[in-house]
Amino acid sequence: MTSTSPLLQANGIRKAFPGVQALDGVSLSVGAGEVLALLGENGAGKSTLMKILAGVYTPDAGELLLDGQPVHLRGVADALARGIVLIHQELNLADNLSVAANLFLGNEDLRGGALGWLDNRRMNDRARDLLQRVGLEVSPSQRVGDLPLGQRQMIEIARALSQKARVLIMDEPTSSLTQRETERLFQVIADLKRSGVAVAYISHRLMEVREIADRVVVLRDGRNSGELERDEISHRRMVELMVGRDLKLFFRRSHAAEAAKPAAVEKPIRLELHNVCYLGGPQTPVSFAVRGGEIVGMAGLVGAGRTELSEALFGLRPLTSGEVRLDGRAVSIRSPRDAVAAGLLLAPEDRRQFGLVLEESVQRNLGLPNLDLNSRFRMISLRREKDMARRLCERLRVKTPRLSQPVGLLSGGNQQKVVLGKWLARQPRVLILDEPTRGVDVGAKSEIYALMDELAATGIAIVMISSDLEEVLGMSDRVLVLHEGRLAGELPRAVLSEQAIMHLATGGDAI
Amino acid sequence: MTRLLGVLLMVAALYAVDMISFPKAMSLDNHQILARRLGYYGVLTLGVGALIVSGGIDLSIGSLVGLGAVAFGYLMTEKHWPPLPAAAVVVAGSVCVGLFHGLLVTRLRLQPFLVTLCGLFMYRGLARGLSNKTINLPFESVQPQAEWLRTVLVSGKTLGFPHILWLLAGLTVLLVVVMHASVYGRYWYAIGYNEQAARYAGIATDRHKIAAYILCSTFAGIGGVLFLLEFRSATPSSAGELFELYAITGAVLGGCSLRGGEGTVLGMILGAAVLPLLSQICNLSEHIGSELEYTVIGGALLMATVANELVTRLSLRRARA
Repeated sequence: MTSTSPLLQANGIRKAFPGVQALDGVSLSVGAGEVLALLGENGAGKSTLMKILAGVYTPDAGELLLDGQPVHLRGVADALARGIVLIHQELNLADNLSVAANLFLGNEDLRGGALGWLDNRRMNDRARDLLQRVGLEVSPSQRVGDLPLGQRQMIEIARALSQKARVLIMDEPTSSLTQRETERLFQVIADLKRSGVAVAYISHRLMEVREIADRVVVLRDGRNSGELERDEISHRRMVELMVGRDLKLFFRRSHAAEAAKPAAVEKPIRLELHNVCYLGGPQTPVSFAVRGGEIVGMAGLVGAGRTELSEALFGLRPLTSGEVRLDGRAVSIRSPRDAVAAGLLLAPEDRRQFGLVLEESVQRNLGLPNLDLNSRFRMISLRREKDMARRLCERLRVKTPRLSQPVGLLSGGNQQKVVLGKWLARQPRVLILDEPTRGVDVGAKSEIYALMDELAATGIAIVMISSDLEEVLGMSDRVLVLHEGRLAGELPRAVLSEQAIMHLATGGDAI
Repeated sequence: MTRLLGVLLMVAALYAVDMISFPKAMSLDNHQILARRLGYYGVLTLGVGALIVSGGIDLSIGSLVGLGAVAFGYLMTEKHWPPLPAAAVVVAGSVCVGLFHGLLVTRLRLQPFLVTLCGLFMYRGLARGLSNKTINLPFESVQPQAEWLRTVLVSGKTLGFPHILWLLAGLTVLLVVVMHASVYGRYWYAIGYNEQAARYAGIATDRHKIAAYILCSTFAGIGGVLFLLEFRSATPSSAGELFELYAITGAVLGGCSLRGGEGTVLGMILGAAVLPLLSQICNLSEHIGSELEYTVIGGALLMATVANELVTRLSLRRARA
């Protein structure tokens, strides 16, 4: 840590959203020339805190100090004017514009005074400089939409450089970068550090954090959970502070009982993929099987094709070859409707877009896929629907003031419970859970794990897609690792480790 | 609920202004006129309202009304068909038009606005192609049965109310059941709010969207038949002109959101009642006059929209607090 006083400091920040206290008195500081890593599980409040530092949100309470002076950020423009730049987790680029146009969007070089002619030559020259600094070999006039995801991420970073940041905040910048691009980013960060920029860095990749962070601040449930100086940073310490409890208690998978059973009494295969290829998928066909009662983790980097595979199984992407069998019988699933009828159910990753009708009530959301059970002659029995919703809410412990509450006003954890609850009334055969605990608070997370364990025990085959390695390690009986759409390998529980998964996920040979 | 209350107050206020300001408005005859116009716009508003709830839009309603009216008259005067089969053919044709729109929107993923905008031009042209002059029906001489149909569907009275109002009441009850009690309505609301989520819930979203287009066009076709029966004449180039916008205005005043997912059948009917009242006030008033009628309608719609936005924000803030 540098000896200078902190450049940016936050004290006792509180922020509430409907149904959830996102930040409950968080403090942190970052000095000039320092790289601060901010850690925490999904829903711990990292992104909210960063958005407050960058003027996106106003805090409910607490103060911000810049150069030791209290500041009140009136918005993103205000923060930018003071040199605080945030690179969002989601890309904010105009795909239809060129690289240079994106780099200087809202900040264009003009000539001709009030006429406002764009000085394209100048902007292209400056763009070339910036691109070189981040190691991107693309033309400034190229359309951003035509570039791969990783390069687009680097353009966001180049844009931040152009804004002469004093404090640069990065929210998971490496989630879509390749190994080489990540290394390049670290060089850029080292350069910035030397020139006295304060960097706040959010990441889930603990290896990276160990590599670049001068100091680590860990959040848990919207509070400071702990802080580690450079020489204290270790994988184990970071995980302890993030989870805040014994991992064995947190993941309630009853592996022990399963492992004790001899192979001969293994449950029958429920889902089987036989040489499956799908639209937009890899050339190499995918084959695997999942038994009833099993939780099979599906790991891989972002963009490895896990969500695409789940979409193919759920009838959202046509199969181009191969066969899917449910309980031994070949099925033809051409739409989600077919999948639901066959008992193959999906809880999608993006629940706000695909999993829920946010404006509608808890009862209506739980009822939506189950109207066939709750109607007679196509007329809905509201009484039966209400009973079903009440039962599901009790079973899943959904915290909602009333069944008529719009589901969009619930917290992330409770929303996810509604997504899962929709399917529980239908006696699923195969349940595909895509990032089941993303944006879910720790308490609800543990409840969702318990529910998964309980469902598996009833003989459902569960495929759990997850980028959260702790979760994959904690919950899976077996892990399938995808790399660039291909099945890179399969890891039984006995040889399961973070290293083994990352080895396969990054293109390493099967062990 | 607040939205329904809002439009109810609006209708009540307009009615009060109409009655108090203009003594001749209080006559029984005038009420008959208002009721018949309500019946007419009401049918179209219900159709497009259900479609808007499901996230769609139909700009071709007016042209389809015109084509329906002209085709209905053409079959009876030129081809000497009896009125019932002629009406049946018109309605069946409208079903096909709705199916056509629905298929284009779902299978080819075309934008509803664009598809039905093309329809607006095409059906108007077809109406003019079918007959190059105004179709007049001196019902008594050409088609005695048509006069009977007119009495049954439009002009006859039971319990003092014109039959077209009874017809509207019947369609309203039907639509209340479909929209608010059956699975079909539930699916339309879900699709209107979030089509993807509905699809992921295993709903055959395309099929339900097509059904909404068919409903809307069918009601427009019925509107065409009613048009000719009511006015006894239909000019190919102008019959039903702008009716799609009246219908959409009624639906929006009644609480439908053009983003889909919102609106009630009762609201749509009340919204449909706003336009006849407004236009009558404009016509009777010496200060406004019929010239400014459109300005008043537009202003009323804008005010209702702004009020709705403010109320929504307020109630959302309250729900969060």
